[in-house]
Amino acid sequence: MSKTNVEAGTLPQDDRPSEFSLDVEERSIADGVRSWVINLRSGNPGALPSVLGLVVLGLIFMQVSSQFLTKYNLGNIPGQGAYIAVTALGLVFVLLLGEIDLSAATAGGTCAVVAAVAVSAGNLHTGLPTFMYWCLLGGMLICIGLAAWLRTYTAAVVIAVGLVLVVTNLTQHLILALIAAVCIGTAIGVFNGYLVAKVGIPSFVVTLALFLAWQGVEQFGLKGQPVNTTRYDLWHNLTYGNLSVLWSWIFIVVVVGGYAAYTLWASLSAKRAGLARDGVDLVLARAGIIALVAVVVGLFASVNRNTNIYRVIEGVPVPAVIAIVLMIGCTIALTKTTWGRHLYATGGNIEAARRAGIDVVRMKVNAFTLCSAFGALGGIMLASSQSSASLDLGAGNALLFSVAAAVIGGTSLFGGRGKPRDAIIGALVITIIPNGLGLRASIGPQWQQVITGIVLLLAAAIDAVSRKRAARR
Amino acid sequence: MPEPLLEISKLNKSFGPVHVLHDVDLNIYPGEVTALVGDNGAGKSTLVKCIAGINGIDSGTVKFEGREVTLNDPRDATALGIEFVYQDLALADNLDITQNMFLGREIKRGGTFLVDGEMERQARETLKSLSVRTVSSVRQLVASLSGGQRQTVAIAKAVLWNSKIVVLDEPTAALGVAQTRQVLDLVRRLADQGRGVVLISHNMNDVMEVADRVAALYLGRVAAEVHTKDTTTTQIVELITAGRSGDLGLAHATTNEIL
Repeated sequence: MSKTNVEAGTLPQDDRPSEFSLDVEERSIADGVRSWVINLRSGNPGALPSVLGLVVLGLIFMQVSSQFLTKYNLGNIPGQGAYIAVTALGLVFVLLLGEIDLSAATAGGTCAVVAAVAVSAGNLHTGLPTFMYWCLLGGMLICIGLAAWLRTYTAAVVIAVGLVLVVTNLTQHLILALIAAVCIGTAIGVFNGYLVAKVGIPSFVVTLALFLAWQGVEQFGLKGQPVNTTRYDLWHNLTYGNLSVLWSWIFIVVVVGGYAAYTLWASLSAKRAGLARDGVDLVLARAGIIALVAVVVGLFASVNRNTNIYRVIEGVPVPAVIAIVLMIGCTIALTKTTWGRHLYATGGNIEAARRAGIDVVRMKVNAFTLCSAFGALGGIMLASSQSSASLDLGAGNALLFSVAAAVIGGTSLFGGRGKPRDAIIGALVITIIPNGLGLRASIGPQWQQVITGIVLLLAAAIDAVSRKRAARR
Repeated sequence: MPEPLLEISKLNKSFGPVHVLHDVDLNIYPGEVTALVGDNGAGKSTLVKCIAGINGIDSGTVKFEGREVTLNDPRDATALGIEFVYQDLALADNLDITQNMFLGREIKRGGTFLVDGEMERQARETLKSLSVRTVSSVRQLVASLSGGQRQTVAIAKAVLWNSKIVVLDEPTAALGVAQTRQVLDLVRRLADQGRGVVLISHNMNDVMEVADRVAALYLGRVAAEVHTKDTTTTQIVELITAGRSGDLGLAHATTNEIL
């Protein structure tokens, strides 16, 4: 690894003062607001349009039904939309590269189906049709080989773990079956990535074909018999469960406190090193706003929200916790690691990335692998929320809703632009539309699709207009 | 005469039936600017991409500091200390200036975690040392930069690394008068600090002003490698367009055979 000239002290000294007028030493609250406004006006609206959209929809649905803003209804939203959020989180990786994975939801559905068969039949070997069992083992073996060949060793290890779980029939235990499902999703992702990055088939075609194929595989796997997931507490609670009030507060304190502590530490250590940084006041103001929101949510979550007096429902919903934890993990991976930086670079200019020595084939395989692994988790969540590993799990609109969620949140379909946060906010928007409209029986389900479509179109329009503004500068 | 830093001999490269480089010999010496000139399609960019490890070579040897090396990957070249500034810039629009300058070689902690502050500081130091006044923040996205600013960032990226050879592919093509001046000064300064500099240019004024030696490519062959002070612009132009000039250049037979 070569040294930089700055470290070597070999740069020529320039005696004239240099101008980095925007790189002010310390950004105060006023500077923070100002740079946010500059960003907004220069066509970089960030999360603002989707958050505004969420607020507007919320106001509309308050008129539609007085039920909408009740604690009970709001508490149901995470469970209804978690599968969209999780699948969309995975899609962000693929969309960042300017690719698409149409098969994420049905591939995920297939993984969930395998887990369902494993726990309901007690043994995959007898539960699955014989040829499918051997195809599963063979496919996983091949994918381990592919992953190793494509230098995605983590994926190879994950698939190997899944293979061991399947072969040893540890999948009869629910938790291990669910883990195996995610491992199978990883294998599917490696296969997608191989076809797209190495063989060179456009991702749209590869994943469209597999979108269709996996639906059939689900029906083979279930032998026409859906599996009821409410029988399995853990599985059911993935979308219907709640943290206890104590654990809810612990979760809130850890997340908000962790954010505040990290940003404060970053600001202070930058100050010590004499670098441009956000001032302590700006950092505390941001953390304060987040803490305020979190405490309000926490207070509402910690009282009983059930309208039925026989059962208490309180605490932060488990699906919300899963989505938030995954979002934080993805955000750290994308913004704080070299891997994330390389993924953005590959999506922004693949030739520049290649010349910088980034293994772009590996980056693509990584993105598809993560997408399908998240898809598998999304499939598990979907089965949980509809209480059944059904014959068409993840078919229909599930995938399109997830893509829409990422796009509404602000992820570009052309690659290079997008954040995990987008997937979560977009999923909220997508979820509250059927939720809000469903509260009044006189509004038919046909309206849901029309309104969802209009919202997506608006989001795409905002993206296009802001892109034009950015280009005009 | 010092030992050449980079010694290319008998390099051949074909793309399918098209034989792009024929037995190319080229030496690059420390402390000198070697201009690589030639008409469009003469093979300049292909030669650079061969050195960079982007294109593999069919035959021939490349020696770096006397050792024979193989360049199959862009990282091989950067590991040796060869930096490139490409004509088509190779910057990622969606990343900022600092991120682009460190792309692929980020300063990291704990194996993978980025140390953004330190990278930002070094990027600013480097731009400062190049007397760059047109950039107001090293956190600006490259998408928002003008052509000249992008060129500056691309050169700063090459300067940032403590390299032994810097290869610049038409660095002044998109620049205004003042910026061209700055870049040429910079090219000279890079060589004066003991680096080997390769300058690809169509602009004979630039070449005559800043280069110590000129290698003229003609249809994939090196027509001549001459010292700038022993030659004239007219001779170089003849070498570029006809492959020879008086006694210099390819033999009659060769040019006839090519045509």
